[in-house]
Amino acid sequence: MGKKMMGTVLERPSMATRDAYGEALLELGKKRDNIVVLDADLSGSTKTGKFAKAFPGRFYNIGIAEQDMIGTAAGLALSGKLPFASTFAVFETGRAWEQVRQTICYSNLNVKLVATHGGITVGEDGASHQATEDIALMRVLPNMTVIVPADALETKQVIHAIADYCGPVYVRLGRSKVPAVMPDDYKFKIGKAHTFSTGRDVNIIAMGIMVSIALEAAKTLKQEGIDTGVINMSTVKPFDIKTLLNAAKSCRLIVTAEEHSIVGGLGGAVSEFLSENHPVHVCRIGLKDAFGCSGTPEELMKHYGFTAANIAKTVRKTLTSKQNEKIKIKNL
Amino acid sequence: MHRKTSRGTEISFLERQAKLVRTEILRMLTIAGSGHTGGSLSAADIVTALYFSKMRYKSDDPTWRERDRFILSKGHAAPLLYAVLALAGFFDKLILKTLRRLGSPLQGHPCSRVLPGVEISTGSLGQGLSVSNGMAIGMKMDNLGSRVYCLLGDGEIQEGQVWEAAMTAAHYKLDNLCAIVDLNGLQIDGPVSKVKAIEPVASKWSAFGWNVIDIDGHDMNEILDALDDAETVKTKPSVILAHTIKGKGVSFFEGKVEYHGVAPTQEELEKALIEMEIDG
Repeated sequence: MGKKMMGTVLERPSMATRDAYGEALLELGKKRDNIVVLDADLSGSTKTGKFAKAFPGRFYNIGIAEQDMIGTAAGLALSGKLPFASTFAVFETGRAWEQVRQTICYSNLNVKLVATHGGITVGEDGASHQATEDIALMRVLPNMTVIVPADALETKQVIHAIADYCGPVYVRLGRSKVPAVMPDDYKFKIGKAHTFSTGRDVNIIAMGIMVSIALEAAKTLKQEGIDTGVINMSTVKPFDIKTLLNAAKSCRLIVTAEEHSIVGGLGGAVSEFLSENHPVHVCRIGLKDAFGCSGTPEELMKHYGFTAANIAKTVRKTLTSKQNEKIKIKNL
Repeated sequence: MHRKTSRGTEISFLERQAKLVRTEILRMLTIAGSGHTGGSLSAADIVTALYFSKMRYKSDDPTWRERDRFILSKGHAAPLLYAVLALAGFFDKLILKTLRRLGSPLQGHPCSRVLPGVEISTGSLGQGLSVSNGMAIGMKMDNLGSRVYCLLGDGEIQEGQVWEAAMTAAHYKLDNLCAIVDLNGLQIDGPVSKVKAIEPVASKWSAFGWNVIDIDGHDMNEILDALDDAETVKTKPSVILAHTIKGKGVSFFEGKVEYHGVAPTQEELEKALIEMEIDG
């Protein structure tokens, strides 16, 4: 199962980030008795069911009522508990958005919103169940921290880190298995990006499942002589501006890659920051202001261009047209 | 707060307090020049009874762990909450003059981050009962004897989340929770019965698994009895359906939908104060 990535052989198996969440919650539950978990009738899918089985007195199924779940979590936080509230990302951030805004963020409560089934890799269920706007929806809320881990190892560390942090947090996890990408000795810190490598031609800023795909694209591009770097921007808010700025200053092109709409998510955050602080050409890989559809996760990733081949193609095309532009200007 | 020795003395004390509360509401709204008059006055007796008789709290230690909690789910009645909190000693009464001003802790709708005594920010309707449930569950987990009181508007129960929360409270047998619905019969666009009827209210709550207590929301004796009765009912939450008059206490505001979200003018304030003085 070993996978060679940027020179490091990782022996860890592929695993869905939601499974890592289920395990991390169990670990936390054993360590801290103020942890309570809420779910909205999806505990089997979100993997909070494991916690429910181990600690039935600290698990509350609120039924199919996401707005009520958010409010109940707020009340528990105000009683000194540390609530983790989980359901699918589309319901957690969409159905209950205003409850998250008014009750959690405006009051700045210590509630952890950990949603699964983010992005199109939900697959066959189709667009109604695929959250492709959740990062944008959570990112606009003051006081909110937004995190998208890339693999199981990072997910576990994220869950432990947010339990130690006081304030509202949104964590987006996935349904499908993802390959291990983070180094064995990786240490997650809220707000700190991980740089796999820095490129002089292009740097790819990715989150979630797109990190492994960006690493693959980088391998191809490097073989072609295009110096490519990859950064895992797992904390989308607050953003690691130092790392982004250094990357932007060292290269000719920034590419963002996210399993999300290109509007308002990681690509939006990167573009907003760079246009004000260090204008550089930015290409956004993501869903182009569209809904997803049914299909297997693999088919959908291909269909929407969430592949290493498409990232590599975008990079080549953009660098070539920039080169041509330069020649044109020279010849004027 | 602890009960005064005789019920009669207590009732007349609370009635005087309610009048003071109404006076403060009218004064702060007039200075602010905007805000919600009608719904603040309609619930004044209930909230006065809670803070000056029923609830246990420490105004000098607003986050005291064993306190009873009051959640103003109908957040637009903020002037009522502010008046009561000031009179109960949570902050200086002078601050009431800053209602709705830039930099004031007295936001247009209550904000828990900036004002001690406000348990949770409200204003967007329908969310307070869910929060109350969470608090009630937390208290039970910690074996605290404290209770949660949640005040809702009658128009507010048109919000679907209220009924989600009603189901949750009954399912988890939250007998340490008491909801109070301020049935003043009016909402912004007109009578509740015309905008979107909520009747039969009592059987709705009852069907959702709640103990229902029906009272005159301006009768201190009935209010105190209802709050005591609610405490004795076990294994289910209680709801007090308080029949009230919007704008109660000022004859020319009473039952007028126009005063839902409009503050009194200086002239109206003076007239109201004279009227309340004569009345008392």
